[in-house]
Amino acid sequence: MSISTSRPFARAAMAVAGAAVLLTACGGGSESTSEGGASGGSGGEGDTTGVTATSIKIGTHMPLTGVAAPGYSEISPGVKAYFDYINEQGGINGRTIEYTVRDDTYNPTKTTEVVNQLVLDDKVFGVLQGLGTPTHSAVIDQLNEDKVPDLFASSGALAWDNPEKYPYTFGWQPDYEIEGKIIGKYIKENLPDAKVGLYLQGDDLGADGAKGLKQFISDQIVSEVTYTSGGTDVAPQIGKLKADGADLVVGFNTPTYTALSQLTARALSYKPEWFYSNVALDPNLVGTLLASFSKGAVTPEAGVALLNGNYTTKYFATVDQTDDPWVQLWDKIWKAKGNGKPLTNFNVYGMAGAYTFAQALTAAGQDVTREGIVKALEEKGSSFRGPAFAPFDYSATSHRGISGVKVVQVKDGGVEELTETQITNDGDAPITEGSDDTVAPPADGRPTL
Amino acid sequence: MSTAITSTPTGRPASSRSGGLKGLPGLRSTALRHLLLMALAYIGIVLLLQALDPFRASQLASVAYFIPAVAGLTVLTGLNGQISLGHGALMAVGAYTTAVLLERVEGLPFVVVVLAAVLVTSLVGLIVGAAAARLHGPYLAGATLALAVGVPGLAIYFEELLGGEQGLRVQPPQSPEWFEQLTGATSRTFLAYVGWALALVVLFLLSNLLNSRVGRQWRAVRDDEVAAQLAGIDLGRSRVVAFVVSAACAGVAGALYATVIRLAAPGSFTLVLSLSLLTAIVIGGLGSLLGAVIGSVLLVFLGPFLTDRGTGLGLSDIQSANVAPLVYGLVLVVLMLVAPRGLVGTVRLKLLQRQMSRQRATQRTGDQNAQAAGDQQQTPS
Repeated sequence: MSISTSRPFARAAMAVAGAAVLLTACGGGSESTSEGGASGGSGGEGDTTGVTATSIKIGTHMPLTGVAAPGYSEISPGVKAYFDYINEQGGINGRTIEYTVRDDTYNPTKTTEVVNQLVLDDKVFGVLQGLGTPTHSAVIDQLNEDKVPDLFASSGALAWDNPEKYPYTFGWQPDYEIEGKIIGKYIKENLPDAKVGLYLQGDDLGADGAKGLKQFISDQIVSEVTYTSGGTDVAPQIGKLKADGADLVVGFNTPTYTALSQLTARALSYKPEWFYSNVALDPNLVGTLLASFSKGAVTPEAGVALLNGNYTTKYFATVDQTDDPWVQLWDKIWKAKGNGKPLTNFNVYGMAGAYTFAQALTAAGQDVTREGIVKALEEKGSSFRGPAFAPFDYSATSHRGISGVKVVQVKDGGVEELTETQITNDGDAPITEGSDDTVAPPADGRPTL
Repeated sequence: MSTAITSTPTGRPASSRSGGLKGLPGLRSTALRHLLLMALAYIGIVLLLQALDPFRASQLASVAYFIPAVAGLTVLTGLNGQISLGHGALMAVGAYTTAVLLERVEGLPFVVVVLAAVLVTSLVGLIVGAAAARLHGPYLAGATLALAVGVPGLAIYFEELLGGEQGLRVQPPQSPEWFEQLTGATSRTFLAYVGWALALVVLFLLSNLLNSRVGRQWRAVRDDEVAAQLAGIDLGRSRVVAFVVSAACAGVAGALYATVIRLAAPGSFTLVLSLSLLTAIVIGGLGSLLGAVIGSVLLVFLGPFLTDRGTGLGLSDIQSANVAPLVYGLVLVVLMLVAPRGLVGTVRLKLLQRQMSRQRATQRTGDQNAQAAGDQQQTPS
């Protein structure tokens, strides 16, 4: 009985509320058509959000704080230094480049938030070098839905190369599968008797790398271990590699886990040869990490020395090559516009990617639009020449970035080149040898086509 | 074991003879009042969403996914006196349930997905709650902490099903065409409308629950275990029920979280998430639903606001990225010193004090007395 009295009231309340919602909704309907999505000044020709007559605005998501910050937080200062430098020379096509960095702490949720902010609030033209596989995966759908250029993701995952599903997304660094293939081929030819153990991070980095490796050395692999990013103990993994008798360990992992693997192997008096993928081995960073993880038992210098003889790969000239003209250019830019700290390979990575963006912008011409820069990359991207050893594999059907690496060996904090540039594609495409594909850098740092 | 800070809920059990009729007559008018309030709030949100640009709308969507979790936690901690450092993990359960269902089962209505997320999270809550009911203070904190640390690891262990480190992509529900035409919502703002509707439903249900017999039992358990037991309340059962309700709310939050973020990945459900939920209830005011809403708003808006102020002051990107965590810490410390009851708790206390002094002047009886004494009204006989 008590229920029956309450019902009409409730029903009336709901009806009133519902009607009110509908009314207000109708009221808003008319103005919403003018909103037209997130595009700012889209004319008939294409979307020019973020572009003015004298400037173009781009943004990125990077881990500036948190666990992934060491090393990676140095990328955006490099990019910023490069843009500041060329802005002073007049920018690209008369436009200066405004660069906004937002911290995502390597947390996919944060990435979504900050990319929303970049696209909807800052109204950037595009996103440049968004870092990380899990993080960037969180925003790739939305960016493509909004038709925002998503250029040169800082990760070698294969996912970025999918022009049909993600027409606005372009990779940049060599993907992990081709790196795996090239490492596999090198081992097959030069270390045929090695008993190989795989040391893999439990995500695309490890999986794609292993896929490439196994095309060549599946018969040499005696052990395979996977670790989960986040833990700090890899003793079980290293112990298994040792027990299985691996005398060459190939690692597709991140720098932190290079340092941990070295320390753990030392503790277990396990002395195999090591072959790390490019992302895993920056000698100076790993040296510093070794010093910090060992709580001073290893000095940074001794840490760097510990890495002597390790194999790895690279795809652009690194800071130790002081006579390389590109490194000299980066150094000049860093001295003029950097933050006063010594130039690192992460700074260089940022500048190299920023240089490719400057090329794309130049190629897109005076009337740059979001659609236009995608078209320019697809049509002209494969002819861009810059600091990278191998050409970009950009076309209407491929968005996968740099197509090859060199195999190198660590020597006194720097590296010694063991091969010419090895160029290949995913799947069973053959590996061909190319000569260095670099050209002399432009004096003012601004690319010409 | 009254570690929690006592705060007085808005309840006013209208006809206070709540014993035999399972609290129904008491619920009636309160429920109606809450329903009206929620409807008004939703109208306000709809108007707000109409006026805001898409970015602010997306931030409002984020507020919407925090509200159920924070509200659930504030009820658990503020009213039942149990602490949980593991609510981020319960959100993860809801988020992964949503992600798996949306991926594997085609054409499932979103409401069903949310209900499934609630169900699964409640089951997890039941198991955890059963263990939690036997634990107190730091032990309970430790056990739930283990949950926060352990659950994201499951996603990596069951990589085939849960997508490992990279997580599962979520295809959010599409807005129906009539809705888009009616509201001008885009696929992005649609989730803000849905999210707030769900958040308000959760608040509505919780607010009624708090004013029912169950809510009063929780408060009794929190304030004095022995007295509660003497009054015939089953302590363990009451605690477990509180935990399950709280977990169910986290399930709703997780489902919303996954669809707004479009991803369920272990990196989203770190310990930091659980701790920020706790921060939100402490800042907002323990046990207060309004406080939960305020806390959620702060969680979403304070960080970007501070970072932008930092950049505005000419700090480098890295420096201004560090401003937000710094200020968060300071705010929490200052708040604990100045207003330990949180924002809502402090304001409410001030109002209550003023009301009391006025009451003494103009001898008014009835509602207000009930409001001030609502907690102790457990012994009629």
